[in-house]
Amino acid sequence: MARRNLLRMSRRFDYIVFLAIQPVMFILLFNYVFGGAITTSAENYIDFLIPGVMVQTVMFTAMNTGTGLAEDLNQGMIDRYRSLPMSRAAVVAGRIVADLTTIVLVVAVMLLVGFAVGFRLHGNLLESVSVPVMTVVAAIPFLWISATLGVWIRNVETMQSAGFLWLFPLTFISSAFVPVESMHSVVQGFAEQNPVTIAVNAVRGLALGIPDSSDIVKTLIWTSGLTAVFSIAAVNRYRRM
Amino acid sequence: MTDLNAAVLVEGVHKHYGEVRALDGADLRVERGSVVGLLGPNGAGKTTLVRVLTTLLVPDSGRAIVEGYDVVEDADALRHVIGLAGQSAAVDDYLTGRENLELVARLYHLPKTEARRRADALLERFDLVEAGHRQARTYSGGMRRRLDLAASIIAEPPVLFLDEPTTGLDPRSRLALWDVIRGLVAEGTTVLLTTQYLDEADALADRITVIDRGKVLAEGTADELKQQTAQAVLSVQVETPDQLAAAAAVLGRLDAQDPQVEEAARRVSVGTTRGSAVIALAVRELEAAGVVIDDIGLHQPTLDDVFLALTGRAADEADTIEGAA
Ligand SMILES: Nc1ncnc2c1ncn2[C@@H]1O[C@H](COP(=O)(O)OP(=O)(O)OP(=O)(O)O)[C@@H](O)[C@H]1O
Ligand SMILES: [Mg+2]
Repeated sequence: MARRNLLRMSRRFDYIVFLAIQPVMFILLFNYVFGGAITTSAENYIDFLIPGVMVQTVMFTAMNTGTGLAEDLNQGMIDRYRSLPMSRAAVVAGRIVADLTTIVLVVAVMLLVGFAVGFRLHGNLLESVSVPVMTVVAAIPFLWISATLGVWIRNVETMQSAGFLWLFPLTFISSAFVPVESMHSVVQGFAEQNPVTIAVNAVRGLALGIPDSSDIVKTLIWTSGLTAVFSIAAVNRYRRM
Repeated sequence: MTDLNAAVLVEGVHKHYGEVRALDGADLRVERGSVVGLLGPNGAGKTTLVRVLTTLLVPDSGRAIVEGYDVVEDADALRHVIGLAGQSAAVDDYLTGRENLELVARLYHLPKTEARRRADALLERFDLVEAGHRQARTYSGGMRRRLDLAASIIAEPPVLFLDEPTTGLDPRSRLALWDVIRGLVAEGTTVLLTTQYLDEADALADRITVIDRGKVLAEGTADELKQQTAQAVLSVQVETPDQLAAAAAVLGRLDAQDPQVEEAARRVSVGTTRGSAVIALAVRELEAAGVVIDDIGLHQPTLDDVFLALTGRAADEADTIEGAA
């Protein structure tokens, strides 16, 4: 199943290119447009920015899972798959594995572009390797949330709007692009508690070589919790379609 | 299982959607190696029954068994022995025809080389060799249908469910598909096919089950159904209107049935079960009664008549009635 999804994605060249271009644009825009105006704890804004963009991007990329499933799961397709002697989780899981692969690619592209515009990893080898790993970990629950939305909504257009909308406040009211302390007090409280902030801080700490074990542990806890809940929700819903 | 010959056995299956009784105590039996046509107007419950039999829907009550496997209890085992071509084609647009087939073969747990071999054979058989390397989104409706059907038989399942397999096909593709289905049956496949085309049921099915509103209305071979539910009609056109009454009296005595008189057409018609010999008899009796015959004919019932008699509405009308309901 995963292979099928990868094969089909590779057919959609536009999709891949778009997937990669968006984060690159974010990096360039934020760095060169806003960079000068934002003061951060990191010496260079780019070192602050890249972990934020990476986490934000993988979360958005994860939303394609739901759109893809909604697209796949027209009634004819579901009927075919469900009448075959295959695991009923395979359709959802296959899609997730495929999307996870594209997320790894996207993270690699972002790191490369980041390096090109001055981003540097300041930690030791283990910390540096943990940067992309932690980023991908933060995306996993979003893959499942997206899959759950996809099998519930089952409509590509609705998925494309409803599926993405809630991600904007969640990722922007976080420490992804600017320090939380600089925000208006109305949103500051939310930003501090936002799991995205925690994940961004965890990745950022690793990149800067000043890892915060509490952020890392909290991130691992919320990601695995959400993953557990939503993987069950998605597969259950698919079974009963 | 006492019933060893039945590939499909359905007993008293109910499936309700709120008020709608999609299946309302349906019964069905398909002998191994035979073709059964499931005939019914829109909304009759055909697709629902197919979905129950292919484990896609759990029935509210009743029993359904395919190749000895219960659709609820042995669903996993059952899926190994069935193929399904649903009402809407299950084709992956961004994969090529060949990849679509190989994917399904692999999902049936066939080894890679075998999947490839069978995909080749099926592309050949369904006249898709040239299109096999193209992505399915470039296919026409008929090509998609053929690819879908090919996918449903790639694992050579002993029981095949086809939900309106030829809907949307041009006459040539339809005939070609009929040939393929006949070929499968010759190889021993059991086929349950739903259709709204009466001629299709007539041409392909050994036995026909007519359903409407979730219930079986009649079951039998096409000929049996025609005899049981719709009669041949003898109609006579007389020379002058004043002979209509005499003609009606004669025809009414033939089969002890009430003849229908159409004044304007100068025609009298009556149902008969006597077969074609009735024509000679009628001619003799009418002449004896002094009626001059302009035209006489025996109209054999078609499945359309059966359909009309059973569902109380013509096949073509069903759409509008369903829409108005
Ligand atoms: N998921 C559902 N929810 C509610 N009603 C349903 C559902 N599926 C089917 N029905 C209803 O059940 C009835 C039978 O539907 P079904 O699809 O089995 O008909 P059909 O014989 O296949 O018709 P067609 O010839 O149009 O394909 C219809 O009245 C339909 O509206
Ligand atoms: Mg149907």
